[in-house]
Amino acid sequence: MYQTTYHRASSVDEAASLFAKSSEAKFLAGGQTLLPVMKQRLASPSDVIDLGKIKELQGVELSGDVLTIKAATTYYDIMTNADVKKAIPAIAHLTSVLGDPAVRYRGTIGGSIANNDPAADFPAALLALGATVKTNKRSITADDFFKGLFTTALEDGEIITAVSFPVPAKAGYEKMRHPASRFALTGVFVAQTKSGEVRVAATGASQSGVMRVPAIEAALKANWSPSAIDSVSISASNLLADIHGTAEYRANLVKVMAQRAVTAAG
Amino acid sequence: MGVEGIGARVVRKEDKRFITGKGRYVDDIKLQGMTFAHFVRSPHAHAKVKKIDSSAALKMPGVVAVLTGQQIVDDKVGNLICGWAITSKDGSPMKMGAWPAMAPETVRFVGQAVAVVIADSKNLARDAAEAVVVDYEELPVVADVHAAIKSGAPQLHPEAPGNQVYDWVIGDEGATDAAFAKAANVVKLDVTNNRLAPNAMEPRAAIADYDAAEEHFTLYTTSQNPHVARLVLSAFYNIAPEHKLRVIAPDVGGGFGSKIYIYPEEMVALWASKKVGRPVKWTGDRTEAFLTDAHGRDHVTHAEMAFDANNKITGLKVKTYANFGAYMSLFSSAVPTYLYATLLSGQYNIPAIHAEVIGVYTNTVPVDAYRGAGRPEASYLIERLMETAARQLKVDPAALRKTNFITQFPHQTPVIMAYDIGDFNASLDAAMKAIDYAGFASRKAQAKAQGKLRGIGLSCYIEACGIAPSKAVGSLGAGVGLWESAEVRVNPVGTIEILTGSHSHGQGHETTFCQLVAERLGIPISQVSIVHGDTDKVQFGMGTYGSRSAAVGLTAILKAMEKMEAKAKKIAAHALEASEADIVIENGEFKVTGTDKAIALPMVALAAYTAHNLPDGMEPGLKESAFYDPTNFTFPAGTYICELEVDPGTGKTSFVNFVAADDFGRLINPMIVEGQVHGGLVQGIGQALLEHAIYDANGQPVTASFMDYAMPRADDVPSFNLSHTTTLCPGNPLGIKGCGEAGAIGASAAVINAITDAIGKNNLEMPATPDRVWRTIHAA
Ligand SMILES: Cc1cc2nc3c(=O)[nH]c(=O)nc-3n(C[C@H](O)[C@H](O)[C@H](O)COP(=O)(O)OP(=O)(O)OC[C@H]3O[C@@H](n4cnc5c(N)ncnc54)[C@H](O)[C@@H]3O)c2cc1C
Repeated sequence: MYQTTYHRASSVDEAASLFAKSSEAKFLAGGQTLLPVMKQRLASPSDVIDLGKIKELQGVELSGDVLTIKAATTYYDIMTNADVKKAIPAIAHLTSVLGDPAVRYRGTIGGSIANNDPAADFPAALLALGATVKTNKRSITADDFFKGLFTTALEDGEIITAVSFPVPAKAGYEKMRHPASRFALTGVFVAQTKSGEVRVAATGASQSGVMRVPAIEAALKANWSPSAIDSVSISASNLLADIHGTAEYRANLVKVMAQRAVTAAG
Repeated sequence: MGVEGIGARVVRKEDKRFITGKGRYVDDIKLQGMTFAHFVRSPHAHAKVKKIDSSAALKMPGVVAVLTGQQIVDDKVGNLICGWAITSKDGSPMKMGAWPAMAPETVRFVGQAVAVVIADSKNLARDAAEAVVVDYEELPVVADVHAAIKSGAPQLHPEAPGNQVYDWVIGDEGATDAAFAKAANVVKLDVTNNRLAPNAMEPRAAIADYDAAEEHFTLYTTSQNPHVARLVLSAFYNIAPEHKLRVIAPDVGGGFGSKIYIYPEEMVALWASKKVGRPVKWTGDRTEAFLTDAHGRDHVTHAEMAFDANNKITGLKVKTYANFGAYMSLFSSAVPTYLYATLLSGQYNIPAIHAEVIGVYTNTVPVDAYRGAGRPEASYLIERLMETAARQLKVDPAALRKTNFITQFPHQTPVIMAYDIGDFNASLDAAMKAIDYAGFASRKAQAKAQGKLRGIGLSCYIEACGIAPSKAVGSLGAGVGLWESAEVRVNPVGTIEILTGSHSHGQGHETTFCQLVAERLGIPISQVSIVHGDTDKVQFGMGTYGSRSAAVGLTAILKAMEKMEAKAKKIAAHALEASEADIVIENGEFKVTGTDKAIALPMVALAAYTAHNLPDGMEPGLKESAFYDPTNFTFPAGTYICELEVDPGTGKTSFVNFVAADDFGRLINPMIVEGQVHGGLVQGIGQALLEHAIYDANGQPVTASFMDYAMPRADDVPSFNLSHTTTLCPGNPLGIKGCGEAGAIGASAAVINAITDAIGKNNLEMPATPDRVWRTIHAA
């Protein structure tokens, strides 16, 4: 790791002003992405501003039909939260299959979506559930937030404060785990909103990051059942391919994971 | 058996320090004035080193020196050696490409060191290493054996035309051809034995400390065999004569073979410590481990097996290409020859075998022994062939094996090995019973009803362990003898120190070796300590690999114990005024048999050291040593059966059951044996399902971190069902065969045989990733 200066912010405003004052600062949440990258000397921020201890970025709120998860809440806290389990159990399940215990104890929802790894789990949940990302400056819909590989709508120095999820009628997430990293080799989140809209998002599959899957959405809209997806065909072009999965395999997984997610959603 | 004697499940003595974080590993050692080394490594798989500019690095804070490959050559530090001479079929010696510890002219794999920065801290050394500017001229690359053997392929070494290390043969070609000419059936198979990265938990590390006044070096290093390291560093690398070089291997966190070898980093640390006049420490990180630790396996094989009309095997033909990587590592030449082809008879009566092994250089890190070393490749090949044959001949795989098992011992195979003893039917029967083989068909039908493909796979492995005897390995080209030495020191107060040339890096010697003493003397193991891993303390040793520490190392201890006991009995008889022949040892006492006359061990020891009243002419003291050279290899064998389900939608494999019935001869500590089997099975399953060290066509490693290289984790493997069917090894007095490698040798074939059974397609390469299995299921 190169030399850096560590700051522990006690409020979002303080974090923002620390950021403004330093030359090349990075926010630190769980550190599960940022710290390995720094250790490998692939990033060299002048300053590291820790958001992890900011009170207003911690916790979960359920109010009416909206579940709000604050940005620096860890996966473990999300996974074990009673409101999450009650309102959107698919999110509790998603966090339970995310990474390994060490990653779940440290990693955060804010860090995950800010990083927008093409194989991360949470982006699929946000996109399928039609969530809204709250920052210290504005609200951004999930459809507008994810902009492709490791790219988001966040501006320099903008801080995610929370994510709000409309509570769906039904939702499910199934994932084929990457054998080494435990990221999603492919994961699919399916959701049916209370107004009957169907949204399906796949992660780990596309070369341009998390994506909606309109063909599966249409099939499920017509008939919410796993067999409705049987006849859907997913093209392998523009899908990721690596030593752990060919593009054809990932195309198959998009279907199979979607079917299993529908089963899980009930 | 006492509570702590042979056969007792004694809890490991060493675990208190390991579990409480009190182990003392190389990186825990800090010396006064210590400097830190960071290597400048090649980013190219094949390139000329045109110029190294260290001027900027030398100006950086805390930098003590920047040393290059040319300097190490100029200082006449020897090139790395390969310690086992192999002769090609045309009579020519193996072709060794020169391997200097740092490359002065040409780099041949990504990660090869070209220079080293020595600085006051690890970070300063790393900062400065980034400022060393190396001008490379890239050369064409060959990264796999198929490409390397093609005519016109880029050449690695002028010494080795065609990138060929050797073309070696074993067995009787004429007799084998004749068997095939008469065969009723021939079964053919192509298999790849996937390349693996060893990944011991502790990365390699070294601290070199040169004492200019004494002209003496001390090396602390992560070695499985510190005396061999000293021998090689002295005899071949010109570091220092043996009496001026002390090698200490303290606690070592796993080896699996990868810490047998002397690597460039240790050599450079020693040389550099003299040059800079301060101790030099190097601790590898995980990335360096992936890039520079010797990899394992990497064979491409075509094999054919001939059967008569009664399904008896009549012949076996094998042709294997073995990837050596860019250089010949210390034991590399022996692995695909004498540790592989000599096991090709498996557990079967095969009248004629012929095997050809072609060693090939590629622009990848060197390949050498990794847990099992040659024997997993042989066992995998034979057991895949047997399963393929059963399918082709339409017979039950267990029945086909029984038809061909060797049942008479000793048995001379056509490929050197003489199996001393075994009962292959017993282990197969035990495993079949444990897994309810007979009930499999109905379980398969039930699984099918739930949309799952269920399969069962057998693997009847045999291995040759102990890696001995010296005379035999010498005649086959080994550069060293493979005996072991031990010393028993009884202190004047009756406590005991056992000094052993074996080295424990996870095996639990501090417990099992004490159990032998407890067994023989009837004293608690708390009164015994094991000393190992220091060339200044232990007289000599060949170290730990090849499942040899119990069969060979412990037998050496037994020999020394016998000498010590004989002397102690004389002292006791003298003190008790009895006949030496009437003295028995029980519960820590020397007793006159049939009487209540006895003298306790501490009194005997005290008598030996006070020497006030010893038998006439007896030397004082109670300390004996022994060297033990085994009379044969040992032959652990057994059957593994795996039952699993494949999810046809994803190709993912889930284990239902995994049974192991092993014959390891006598068990010293069944709990430790089970741990060894568990670890080995996990590595075998890892090879079958997950692990693969991959280089792309440019020789760039694709799997150089745990984010890409899939190590097996607890939830990837089943709970194992272990049992033992024991025949005692006649070759050593304790009847021990060894248990360290069996799991890794036998497991992978059982897994692949089960998956291919489940999916109804025979050809499937390792690792059987879900993607690969899914594509195989759906392939036309
Ligand atoms: C072994 C391993 C396995 C993993 N497996 C998975 C997996 O299965 N699924 C998965 O989804 N992920 C996985 N991850 C990634 C993990 O989820 C990371 O934790 C996540 O990508 C980043 O979250 P973090 O809280 O650790 O963020 P950090 O690493 O601290 O930060 C990541 C980035 O986000 C920025 N950031 C953090 N918080 C905010 C904020 N509030 N506002 C603005 N920017 C912010 C940081 O500046 C940084 O650029 C794995 C990681 C590891 C090491």
